[in-house]
Amino acid sequence: MQLTNRAKVLEKKPMTLAERAYLPAIFQGLSITMRHFFMKKATVRYPEEVRPFSGFFRGLHVLKRDEQGRERCTACGLCAVACPAEAITMVAGERKKGEEGLYREEKYAISYEINMLRCIFCGLCEEACPKAAIYLQPDKMAPPRYERDEFVYGKDRLVESVSPDERSVKGIQLTSEQADKLRSRIVQA
Amino acid sequence: MIELPALGWQSIVIFVVFALSLLIATYCTYAERVIAAFLQDRVGPDRAGPYGLLQPLADAVKMFTKEEFFPGGANKVLFVVGPCLAMITALMSSAVIPFGNTMSFGNNLFFLQGIEVNIGMLWIFGVVSLGVYGVMIGGWASNNKFSLLGAVRAASQNISYELAMGMSLIAVLMISGTLSLREITLQQSVAGEWQVWNIVKQPLGFIIFLVCAFAETNRTPFDLPECETELVGGYHTEYSSMKLGLYLFSEYVNIFVVSAVMSVLYFGGFNFPFQYELRDWFINSQGWELASAQNLITLLGTVGLFLKIFAFIFFFMWIRWTLPRFRYDQLMRLGWTILIPLAVFNIVLTGALILFGVI
Repeated sequence: MQLTNRAKVLEKKPMTLAERAYLPAIFQGLSITMRHFFMKKATVRYPEEVRPFSGFFRGLHVLKRDEQGRERCTACGLCAVACPAEAITMVAGERKKGEEGLYREEKYAISYEINMLRCIFCGLCEEACPKAAIYLQPDKMAPPRYERDEFVYGKDRLVESVSPDERSVKGIQLTSEQADKLRSRIVQA
Repeated sequence: MIELPALGWQSIVIFVVFALSLLIATYCTYAERVIAAFLQDRVGPDRAGPYGLLQPLADAVKMFTKEEFFPGGANKVLFVVGPCLAMITALMSSAVIPFGNTMSFGNNLFFLQGIEVNIGMLWIFGVVSLGVYGVMIGGWASNNKFSLLGAVRAASQNISYELAMGMSLIAVLMISGTLSLREITLQQSVAGEWQVWNIVKQPLGFIIFLVCAFAETNRTPFDLPECETELVGGYHTEYSSMKLGLYLFSEYVNIFVVSAVMSVLYFGGFNFPFQYELRDWFINSQGWELASAQNLITLLGTVGLFLKIFAFIFFFMWIRWTLPRFRYDQLMRLGWTILIPLAVFNIVLTGALILFGVI
């Protein structure tokens, strides 16, 4: 039965002596592998050699502080709502008197947890945040760990450092000039 | 000077040869992995030590510390004898290979060779064909169908290819008229004509010998006895720990030996181009004595022989990572209907050429 007229009739030619002797084909194959012997290797020797991340890589989360070192997060819960993997939980609390230097808004997150095993690093929390508090850093990944509960990151590991020298802009370490600029602004306030 | 007992220096040479072939086999495992990686655009093991040079050591530690497993229903004695036999026969054959010419210290002459016998070639053939017993016994004692199939394959393959190998060798023996490997080597070192290596006189015989050498050492494309895709692991399916290590190791020792035999038979053994000119240059221009110049040439020749051996070992690995495996019927057809008639033709051709005085 013929369904289309695209079928080609192949003529089965008898093999030539060179083809039957195997050896020319073997030498051809050997030359191909020898060419690969001198080619550039595709391997990245990982711990010594790290492949660069793309500029908009979405890695480990960070809870940002503002220029005066106050936590930006106001525990509105929009990130938790936006999260498709339901990885974010938080408990909101009211700012007490005298804590104005710690939290920017009157409401803040007493606890804020991200389960890195649930998180799919889609970045929707970052898009949902009205206070620009949560960021996915482009240069850090959630490292492997031995225990499941170690993957639940609390505020101790999420909130960025107070010291400007350890601060970062979207995960990238501040340069010393940027850190000095930030420090002077904190002192003014 | 310490008076060595009779055969004293020979036992030293044999000990050194054993140690050397073990060392080379060890580093063959490393070389295999690195060459495989390079041919596949990877870098291979590079974690243990500089450039991964301690990798064989790590592998050995791994092998030694693995569980010693005896399958149920296995013949325990033969199960242990198998790998031992494979290793012993592989090592024994290196004893007759001339690794260098003579060294002279005062009046003492040293042959850089384990045993000089006038049946060296026969010895190698006898011992190598004993090697199949190691595989056969191991495969049978495992009480496993895959192992037995692998062993039967190994046995029939080795027997089939030994025929063609022996016949390609007969042509060499017809030219040289001796079975002693040292004599065959020395015949290839006529002063002033280093190009008289047997490869020039026996190109067809060399190709037949090379193909058979691949089959004899169970290397790709003829590694059907241990073909993973069909037989799990072939004859060493049930083996673990260092018993498996011995099998894998004996394969590399066999490669080393067969490379050495090919270098000696066809590529002039410890001879290298312009050796006499070099010796004369040392004597005439540098004012060296004949004995020390000769010793230097001998050492250089040993280095040269090892370079040839390493080139062959590289070729073995190069082939392994280039060619796929033959089917078993293709293997048998190649052996019986192509190589053996070719070998017979080679004998006739050589005889005719000798008769008409061409070689």
